[in-house]
Amino acid sequence: MQYTSSGDKDTRSGFGEGLLELGRNNPNVVALCADLTGSLKMDAFEKEFPERFFQIGIAEANMMGIAAGMTIGGKIPFTGTFANFSTGRVYDQIRQSIAYSGKNVKICASHAGLTLGEDGATHQILEDLGMMRMLPGMTVINPCDFNQTKAATIAIAKHNGPVYLRFGRPKVANFTTPNQPFEIGKAITFIEGTDVSIFATGHLVWKALQAAEILKEKGISAEVINIHTIKPLDEEAIVKSVAKTRCVVSAEEHQRNGGLGDAIAQVLAMKMPAPQEFVAVNDSFGESGTPEQLLTKYGLDTADVVAAAERAIARK
Amino acid sequence: MANIDNLKDICAQVRRDIVRMVHAPQSGHPGGSLGCTEFFVALYFDIMKHNPQNFTMDGKGEDLFFLSNGHISPVWYSVLARSGYFPVSELSTFRMINTRLQGHPTTHEGLPGVRVASGSLGQGLSVALGAAQAKKLNNDNSIVYSLHGDGEIQEGQIWEAAMYAAAKKVDNIISTIDYNGQQIDGSTDHVLPMGDMAAKWVAFGWNVLHMDGNNIEEVIATFNHAKTLTGKGQPIMIIMKTGMGKGVDFMEGSHKWHGIAPNDEQLKAALEQLQSTQADY
Repeated sequence: MQYTSSGDKDTRSGFGEGLLELGRNNPNVVALCADLTGSLKMDAFEKEFPERFFQIGIAEANMMGIAAGMTIGGKIPFTGTFANFSTGRVYDQIRQSIAYSGKNVKICASHAGLTLGEDGATHQILEDLGMMRMLPGMTVINPCDFNQTKAATIAIAKHNGPVYLRFGRPKVANFTTPNQPFEIGKAITFIEGTDVSIFATGHLVWKALQAAEILKEKGISAEVINIHTIKPLDEEAIVKSVAKTRCVVSAEEHQRNGGLGDAIAQVLAMKMPAPQEFVAVNDSFGESGTPEQLLTKYGLDTADVVAAAERAIARK
Repeated sequence: MANIDNLKDICAQVRRDIVRMVHAPQSGHPGGSLGCTEFFVALYFDIMKHNPQNFTMDGKGEDLFFLSNGHISPVWYSVLARSGYFPVSELSTFRMINTRLQGHPTTHEGLPGVRVASGSLGQGLSVALGAAQAKKLNNDNSIVYSLHGDGEIQEGQIWEAAMYAAAKKVDNIISTIDYNGQQIDGSTDHVLPMGDMAAKWVAFGWNVLHMDGNNIEEVIATFNHAKTLTGKGQPIMIIMKTGMGKGVDFMEGSHKWHGIAPNDEQLKAALEQLQSTQADY
């Protein structure tokens, strides 16, 4: 797919725009928020559809239960709060009332990962993808920029079943095409290459693309594939790429444990064993700092993807 | 209104079902189930507008019931079966491999009558409120009912939901607390005294009623009164006094029968106290 940055935009605003569009096109879409309407960019939906917007207050467990209940009667609830409060705080509510009960709830989670920045580790959840992908029947999506987040938001309303949609706080490169089709579970190849497969999700996709340019200057042909859907994983795309390159880098704003890299390693261990390097947080909490400082300190920057690619190639 | 004698007969049969259901797998929760028998029989055989023969998840135009304290599944399953949601013979599969009658209720195996999984406590009031608000959005003026254990009220999520319901004027819900004063580790006063239960709900903005949950005439009268209070801007909570283990003398009033099954001898003694009014499954 073609890509070129049209400037910086936050992924959460992509969610807000997508939700507003859904509100206009689907009367069954309702939105619930736990006192973070502005942060989640849900205010436009609230303003235009006040009767379909539910301010829950600071009570995330209650929000998940109410959302589950609203599906009984045909509503499609979108819950909005920070990723930490969308997952860890309410894991059992999601597990029993939503996932096990097969409820059509869209859990929309902003401020995920280190790039939340200055608020520090209490809010920087790095375990959410793992928690959510362990739940049977849960679809897990981590789009990479504003345009893709908007497209994903619209797409998940058409999917019948629980979804975890993860996005972030900072303004980052908006490089995918506007109004793109979004197919759940379908990987997107941004750069074709032959020496190493770089599978990236979320904010790390742009870092991976930048890394590929540096690798190219070094004479290394990197394939960059965007895995926006961590579950169900596009195993076919992963195996096909690794069959060609024979080594792998996974890149994500998440713990090594439980995230995209883990999911890919599981597929490859069974179908096509290959050397893999992980660009991810290594069993650590985050801390306060700017998003860029944190990505650098915790090994999630462009240079880290480049180094990981070189290590993976050396292990072939 | 249903014939009271007939409802009492159904209660006796449901109690037989409960002790037999937990005896067969030697597992389950008879105490709370026996105590809530009149509540369930009144709801499903008289109070609720529902359609057992044609169960739909959405239940549009029907009253809905949510069991938040999912461990008293035996009484619910018995009443669901005997009111026509699924064959009575299926009660014999309770808690056994491949059953739709899981230890705690679930939608996962497709059992008609169940709309959400419960078991992990404290979640059902929020779900019931969501269903109630969806009914309002759908201009469906049916009522949502829910049942909670008194020990369950110790869960914080209950109070999140309590605050929300009153603040948002969710007035198409009639919730009930099974106030039997017992939980696993002993009496609720021993484990975590909850003080003035009614005052707490009043303080949270609910319209609070009281009833003797083992007096079926009173249960029906209280529900009918509660219905007249819906649509007036306040959620309704019924604090229902029951006896844990009611109807089987050696199980009555003790937390020890919260979650254990009778042995063969105890089953025999229990069944001698419970008249078979409809065919046993």
